[in-house]
Amino acid sequence: MSPAQERVPVGAADQTGGRVVLAQAEISRALRRIAHEILEGNKGTEGLVLMGIPTRGVPLAQRLAATLHDVEGVDIPHGTLDITMYRDDLRSQPVRAMERSQVPEGGVDGKVVVLVDDVLYSGRTVRAALDSLADLGRPRAVRLAVLVDRGHRELPIRADYVGKNLPTAQSERVSVRLTETDGTDEVVISGPSAGEAHR
Amino acid sequence: MKHLLSIADLSREEILEILDTAVSMHEVQHRDVKKLPTLRGRTIINFFFEDSTRTRSSFELAGKWLSADTINLTGKGTSVSKGESLRDTVKTIDAMGVDMMIIRHMASGAPAQIAQWTKCSIVNAGDGMHEHPSQALLDAYTMRQRLGDLEGRHVALVGDLTHSRVFRSNVLCLATLGAKVTLVAPATLMPAGIGDWAKADGIELSHDLDAVLPTVDAVMMLRVQRERMSGGFFPTAREYAVTYGLTKERLRLLPDHAVICHPGPMNRGLEISGDAADAAQSLVLDQVSAGVAVRMSILYHLLSGDQSGEGDAA
Amino acid sequence: MSTETRPTNTTPLLITGADLAGAGTGDLLVVDGRIAAVGADAADEAPEGAQRYHGEGLVALPGLVDLHTHLREPGREDSETIETGSRAAAAGGYTAVLAMANTNPVTDTAEAAERILDLGQRAGYVDVHPVGAVSKGLAGEELAELGLMARSRARVRVFSDDGKCVHDARLMRRALEYIRSFDGVISQHSQDPSLAGSTACCHEGELSGRLGLPGWPGVAEESIVARDVMLARHTGSRVHVAHVSTAGSVEVLRWAKAQGIAVTAEVTPHHLLLTTDLLSSYDPVYKVNPPLRPQEDVEALREALADGTIDIVATDHAPHVRQDKEHAFIDAAFGMLGLETALSVVSTVMVAEGRMTWADVARTMSTDPARIARLTDQGQGLTVGAPANLTLVDHDRKVVVDAANSQSLSRNNPWHGRELTGGIHLTMLRGRVTAREGLVWGATA
Repeated sequence: MSPAQERVPVGAADQTGGRVVLAQAEISRALRRIAHEILEGNKGTEGLVLMGIPTRGVPLAQRLAATLHDVEGVDIPHGTLDITMYRDDLRSQPVRAMERSQVPEGGVDGKVVVLVDDVLYSGRTVRAALDSLADLGRPRAVRLAVLVDRGHRELPIRADYVGKNLPTAQSERVSVRLTETDGTDEVVISGPSAGEAHR
Repeated sequence: MKHLLSIADLSREEILEILDTAVSMHEVQHRDVKKLPTLRGRTIINFFFEDSTRTRSSFELAGKWLSADTINLTGKGTSVSKGESLRDTVKTIDAMGVDMMIIRHMASGAPAQIAQWTKCSIVNAGDGMHEHPSQALLDAYTMRQRLGDLEGRHVALVGDLTHSRVFRSNVLCLATLGAKVTLVAPATLMPAGIGDWAKADGIELSHDLDAVLPTVDAVMMLRVQRERMSGGFFPTAREYAVTYGLTKERLRLLPDHAVICHPGPMNRGLEISGDAADAAQSLVLDQVSAGVAVRMSILYHLLSGDQSGEGDAA
Repeated sequence: MSTETRPTNTTPLLITGADLAGAGTGDLLVVDGRIAAVGADAADEAPEGAQRYHGEGLVALPGLVDLHTHLREPGREDSETIETGSRAAAAGGYTAVLAMANTNPVTDTAEAAERILDLGQRAGYVDVHPVGAVSKGLAGEELAELGLMARSRARVRVFSDDGKCVHDARLMRRALEYIRSFDGVISQHSQDPSLAGSTACCHEGELSGRLGLPGWPGVAEESIVARDVMLARHTGSRVHVAHVSTAGSVEVLRWAKAQGIAVTAEVTPHHLLLTTDLLSSYDPVYKVNPPLRPQEDVEALREALADGTIDIVATDHAPHVRQDKEHAFIDAAFGMLGLETALSVVSTVMVAEGRMTWADVARTMSTDPARIARLTDQGQGLTVGAPANLTLVDHDRKVVVDAANSQSLSRNNPWHGRELTGGIHLTMLRGRVTAREGLVWGATA
């Protein structure tokens, strides 16, 4: 597998006027590679639990679990980790609705939990996820898999598995769209826009 | 949304948001680590001028499980002759910089008046005969968990309506959620002006519990105080139990799917028989369990989020 | 325009071009504390050196007389004294007030009555006439010394347990029989305590049901009014119904008057305009006894005042210190201020709307109250020889009521922020100006 430095069609535009940096095929390949890296890092499937961070981390975790099943023939426990209550920016936003957390049978105690999210940016979401996970149990280890790392970390957090490194300007906006939630698979960067999502 | 003084303050969407969040909060109740960091650093005062172990401990747990600092204060009922006015009493606490006061008071309207005098958020935990919004929300939550969407459902409220704040909040909450409400009580236990009120709000009135029970999806029995006998409201406990109590015989009149609610504390044998209280259809214990989760949801919706008043979009 | 110096007793004063209580425009000459001339030729009789006062655009009324005021002294001087209450009365266009007996101690003896009379005279703004209690200590059990109070210097003629109802029928009958010999009248606070429970705090109806407030039904008032008019007929004595508040009471009064029964009645300014809907905010400034009623009752009261079924307007001025009102609604004190705004409310609701004329106002707020109380020095109208007790009203002036701008010691004012039409321009007590354009002067010897 070639590393995720493939050139994407430069200047390919989407409806919102942004630039497609990952198309469907690239996303699939990236996810497949991540799945293999997880297996390699963990030396197999023993103790693996995938926890997707809503919204789009959830279908990504499901796809990873499916791929791992295809490769190893084993059902990997996977679930959802809602982090709303643990966010550090609650006071500066209107009241947020919660998502449901779903912990797979067998829990997280003593497991190798792989957190799965679509974009890694400031690192605050992952910080909240680590706190949320700590209140559910005590994993043996926690790893982080993200589809896109766009830099600009505000906390000392790094991903273990990255689909694509995407240097961006803070004024740019990165949008991940997945078939399960948005009807199509693509990652788009749009130009400078006010009030971009803080991740 | 800054205060919760009356169910009338909430739109249908807001009620459903609170109930939906309560589902997640209910799961925290069953975890080992019953803690969420969400309201860390917020200060909540439970200011109870009227005693109540159940509601107060429910609110106290709700606050603590959300990591807020909660303190219980008992207030004396203030009267004109007793020195400090109500306004001075609450302004003193408000001046300490608390974020919220949860008020229970014997006087109808006291939380609304207090909200005019203070800067912090005010939650009405029961004011006189007026309202008990968190109770109505947990009643709706419990019914919804069992019956699903309450739109179009038929709910009967039975008992001492005149003196019941649970009735007043429930009637508003159920109406906002689209349920049809029938009130059943002797005429002496229906509030004055109920005819005009019922007509204005599309509520049915009945004095015949037996006729109403086969048509309902839920029946809520309200507490009847024995002291009301001396006020001339009804002759004897026996007569009340026979004419308006949910007796063992009346259980058979209920449709199979229908549920029984009671806000507690129950007078077994008066408004509700032991058989009914313990029946499979009874949601009484579910109501208690839901109380903390619903109150956590209320506190979350009032205290987290931007307080500058830009509305409460999800 | 108007004179700068305040006229004294001895300087003749000619008021020119005023509307003379609805009887047409004219002049009014005041000499030595009496009305010396009235009408178109009054100016001719003005002596040299008479001061002139421009009355153009103003309505001249005989000095207002309030049959129902609470002055709180003795006992609650923190909320009002006879002096501050008198100042408020003068500012409101009043030249005489009847001070209710529910002070502490109660005015149930000649000595207590004379003390109030003396304090009123010392303050010197209005004639303060004490009302005597019907029962000792307002306890509703034994008759107070009605005769001694009538014979005292205070010459008490109006008796009332106001604040409470004389609900024992036997006591009410005896009291009515007893006062007949000195032409007394009992002003009854009509409220059956067994129909209006001890915690009742508002009108019992749809709103009180929704708000969860214990109320009392209109019938608690009406049943006492009905009983008392029959007792008046039976004893041949005079009954006055204080602060009528329901349409049902009006019906009883209409019937009673048609029978020739000696019953009179009063209505407060607040019952002419404010309704029970105001209570949905639970603001205790609207808590009053009898309570504010629904619009239907307000309409019936207006009609009754206009057609004479209700004889007079009386303020039931009830001052309360702030902390007595800053409680939960059910715990707060009952009562509203009224002296300084009464005329403006009547002007706005009744005159501006064409329900009453200024002549009617003179009758309902001066002549008839004085007659019911058997006052000799007041309520004699704008007639030659009468004491110069006058009120000049600027009937067009728009006033936005400011609770802070008040002569009263208290601030429980339900009219704050409301725009009213008509204000007091000048008040004169026996030729001496007591108030002018909101300012109240000190008394002179």
